[in-house]
Amino acid sequence: MTKVFNSVVCTICGCLCDDLEVTVENNEIVKMKNGCAVCEAKMVHGYKSEERILKPHVRKDGKLVPVTMDEAIHKAAQILTDAKYPLLFGWTSSASETQHVGVELAEELGSALDNCCSVCHGPSVMATQEIGIPTATLGQIRHRADLIVYWACNPWSSHPRHVERYTAFTDGRFEKSEFKDYVQKLKAKSGQKKVAAAIRRTRVRYQPPPRPQTALVEAPPQTLAKDGRRMVVFDVMKTMTAEVADYFVQVEPNRDYEIFGALRCLVNDQELDVDTVGGVPVDYLKEIADVMVNAEFGAIFFGLGLTQSVGRFRNVELAIALTRDLNRKTKFVVSPMRGHFNVTGANTVFAWQTGYPFALDFSQGYPQYNPGEFTAIDLLRRGDNDATLVISADPGAHFPKGAMQNMVKHPLITINPDWNAISRLGDVVFPTQWCGIEQGGTAYRMDSVAITLKKVVEAPKGVPSDEEIVKRILEEVKVIKANKAEKEDTGKQVLQETAAPKKRGSKTLKKEL
Amino acid sequence: MVEQKLRVTLITGRTIEQGVGKEMGKGSPEYFDSAAVCFLDPVDIKRLGLKSGANVKVTSPYGSVIVKAKRYTRGTMSGMVFMPCGLWANSVCGSNTDSIGMPTFRGFTVEVEPAPDMPVLTLDELLKQEFGK
Ligand code: SF4
Repeated sequence: MTKVFNSVVCTICGCLCDDLEVTVENNEIVKMKNGCAVCEAKMVHGYKSEERILKPHVRKDGKLVPVTMDEAIHKAAQILTDAKYPLLFGWTSSASETQHVGVELAEELGSALDNCCSVCHGPSVMATQEIGIPTATLGQIRHRADLIVYWACNPWSSHPRHVERYTAFTDGRFEKSEFKDYVQKLKAKSGQKKVAAAIRRTRVRYQPPPRPQTALVEAPPQTLAKDGRRMVVFDVMKTMTAEVADYFVQVEPNRDYEIFGALRCLVNDQELDVDTVGGVPVDYLKEIADVMVNAEFGAIFFGLGLTQSVGRFRNVELAIALTRDLNRKTKFVVSPMRGHFNVTGANTVFAWQTGYPFALDFSQGYPQYNPGEFTAIDLLRRGDNDATLVISADPGAHFPKGAMQNMVKHPLITINPDWNAISRLGDVVFPTQWCGIEQGGTAYRMDSVAITLKKVVEAPKGVPSDEEIVKRILEEVKVIKANKAEKEDTGKQVLQETAAPKKRGSKTLKKEL
Repeated sequence: MVEQKLRVTLITGRTIEQGVGKEMGKGSPEYFDSAAVCFLDPVDIKRLGLKSGANVKVTSPYGSVIVKAKRYTRGTMSGMVFMPCGLWANSVCGSNTDSIGMPTFRGFTVEVEPAPDMPVLTLDELLKQEFGK
């Protein structure tokens, strides 16, 4: 039987595109429309690949063997209660309902609790806590923004439909799409290439223009003088997004902080007495500052190039400060390009549950927050935790080697739908449903708009949702702790009873003496 | 003149091919082909006397890994090497966080040298080598 689902939400990146059309035949997705290449890879192929985990596994004698769900739940709960200080990490590809149960589990265990934000936009969250953030929803930006700045990010690869759905290539109510313009540019470029090829064919010696070795910027930004939406990209290398942009500024690695500082000076009508900043001539920066000030509605999107380079959250702080300065002259907003589809949800849920968005610790019985101390990488680097539960994330492929080597020294529980790197390393491995395909729920888009996810196919038999697994582990942890407490109580009673006659005995002895 | 080794700045990040590969499955050939690579400026490839697709060894203070070198043709990136996020890139990334939780993923110096006799390890082989599982 064929069924077509409309307005299905893609659960991969922070764009959370909610316009997919999915065709299901015999409980299997056979076709998907509107999504990007990455979405197609997951929705049509990846989710049903041979890499799927269908049964819980436990490592016995170094090998992962299938076990019953009850056995795996008990084993996981036993590991977590036996550990002095477990770490619960991941959560960003789970629905918010699961994240909510995760906080309860961490509180019950007195463990550390962190989400993938600490290795992507954690510094952006910290910068926001420092100086706030003037931001807007993607809908606002889509309809109104006439200047888009992508800084240290490459949405063409990481958020493939961001430009098409929310910025330069979308028709907004007040701003039109620049897609036609781009196609014309492409045609002109291929025309130039054809001419060059023709010259080569006629054996006229063609001299390609010399490759610039040190000049990091191609030309002054004349392209920004056009009408309509304009797009500027700042990055350390010319990415596909940079190729699409009206103007690309190539900055030296680790120099974003200086360029933000220079732009702030220029926006605030101050003079700079240097010629270049971070590899960019000041004259070009002056023109960009002009374009920014004269925009009617500007939007800066920044990526991991800021949060992972030298300066980390200080870079983001200056991006926000630049936006604040620009707001004295025009309207400007700034927004992080959040990665996993529900990483914003993880921050939101953790914050309304505990007061803090990531890097949490419950060892004192109440939530504490300290990036650098309770962040997953720091705990692992120091070897502080003695068991780890990883859910809906793959630190096996995305954590530095040193941190991972410490993680695998201790018992590791994983909850993921497929055999990714971390599942392959797990000691207790749970199968789970694909969120947004086999299970509904709530997720937060990168601009903190909550979106309801759809279920389009039934999960394979015996594969529960991650929410159910975490709930069952929580229940089992409570049972184990209650049994332990009962045993301790009986132990104490026995001790008191055995200690009591001795006391009496000593009194009697005294009397007798 | 052909050089033995290049000292360059490592940048890690996303590519659309790596995005597609990871969604096809971490054990898939698409993931291996898109993540076990590094992109170098054609000038730098020439300086090492390499051909695109040759094996190179990337070494940092935190570790080393063998990947395939590819030409980066979109623009100049001399003095830099780009590796897509993944297990291979993370073999050379550091766990130092400057006390804010974010590890050293990019912007540090690595050495790149030809490694014609050394194989690029698959995901399972690399997991076994690094973590013994
Ligand atoms: S841009 Fe992101 S959310 Fe949208 S279809 Fe592509 S992967 Fe999915």
